[in-house]
Amino acid sequence: MASLVMIYVCVVGAIGMLIGMALLLGRAIAGPSFYDRALAVNSFGTKAVLFLCLFSLIIGRPDGVDIAILYALMNFIATVAILKFFRYRALDVPLAQRPQRKSAGKGGA
Amino acid sequence: MKYALILAVTLAGYWLTLSGYFHKPLILFFGVVSVLFTLGLAARMKILDKETVPYLQVPKTLSYFVWLFNEVVKANVAVAKAVLSPELKISPSLIEIPTHQDSDIGKTMFANSITLTPGTVSVDMQEDGILVHALLSEMANPDDFIEMGERSGWAVGETIDIDGAHKDG
Amino acid sequence: MAEVKHDAAAHAAAPLPWGEIFEWAQAFLSGGLILTGAFFVIAGAIGILRMPDFYTRIHAAGMTDTMGAEFILLGLIVQSGFTQTSLKLLLVAFFLFITSPTATHAIAHAAHLSGLKPKLGPYEAPELEDIGKGDGA
Repeated sequence: MASLVMIYVCVVGAIGMLIGMALLLGRAIAGPSFYDRALAVNSFGTKAVLFLCLFSLIIGRPDGVDIAILYALMNFIATVAILKFFRYRALDVPLAQRPQRKSAGKGGA
Repeated sequence: MKYALILAVTLAGYWLTLSGYFHKPLILFFGVVSVLFTLGLAARMKILDKETVPYLQVPKTLSYFVWLFNEVVKANVAVAKAVLSPELKISPSLIEIPTHQDSDIGKTMFANSITLTPGTVSVDMQEDGILVHALLSEMANPDDFIEMGERSGWAVGETIDIDGAHKDG
Repeated sequence: MAEVKHDAAAHAAAPLPWGEIFEWAQAFLSGGLILTGAFFVIAGAIGILRMPDFYTRIHAAGMTDTMGAEFILLGLIVQSGFTQTSLKLLLVAFFLFITSPTATHAIAHAAHLSGLKPKLGPYEAPELEDIGKGDGA
């Protein structure tokens, strides 16, 4: 009985994630600038991670959590890579060192 | 050498958490090989030092995270109220927060804490300050960040004399 | 619940069903955490849609990334108890806690470097009749 309640709560949470993802798709399509779209896609990825965790516990197969870990890391790397490519039009630019540019500097990016 | 050992223990714990195998010798052997391979890569990149292997400060960092989580919850409620109210009353502003941390990891921790708290986002890192975009006017007071800066410096093992720093500027 | 009470009345000396009480407490705690998290996630998504300019949208996204994600993952950890799954969920929560502010800062910094100017000063949502005219909402 108690476990059934937990499953129902998880289903409600998963539906909430899907609603949030639909709203974010609206922003990703409508976003006036590129950065709005990048932000929406990044947030979409976070919600996808949460949805994966909820879904894998609903169907009772916790293996999906591994995929969620992978997705969380890939989401971060993909966001940074897309931003970097959009700025430099290349991916072989070191971000760890401060580029010799006139702008103030690259901080913790 | 000390940091290599700490990193090896951390990686082994990580591998065991992810795989969950304790009894199959072949798969455990693969785990040992992958840990050693990662250690070799890290040694070759020369990134085995205090800043990249910060696992000795984990207890301090964890207690800092507990305090930070409390702050995050408070800020979240304020931002959620502002977002969900029909008239959407916000007053965005850009402010500069001075940093007193010495090391890069201290500054990173401080900037990440500011970003993690909803309603304030660190936009740019300068030499001695962080440019912060604040959503609500009551979050745009630089004095409110002093305690966070002090605690985030403490979390990575620094002692910051905030009062002395204030006398200078 | 009625059956439990009936049983307890039948065996007056029977001990309280601690296992069942513990399960219900677990269910309520995890359910509350997950529903709170889902509320904040949807609030963040609504905020990303409603906010007037890019820099203010970041704050709404931050609400999703911190409180929504952490509360849902905490609820799932409570639900799965002391197992390998909850350790993995803890890892997911830790990665999100570390990477989400960094990604947010990367996006904000990139927008700042590219010269996108934030709208500063007090702002209020436009009236419903005015929405078509300006560039609001």
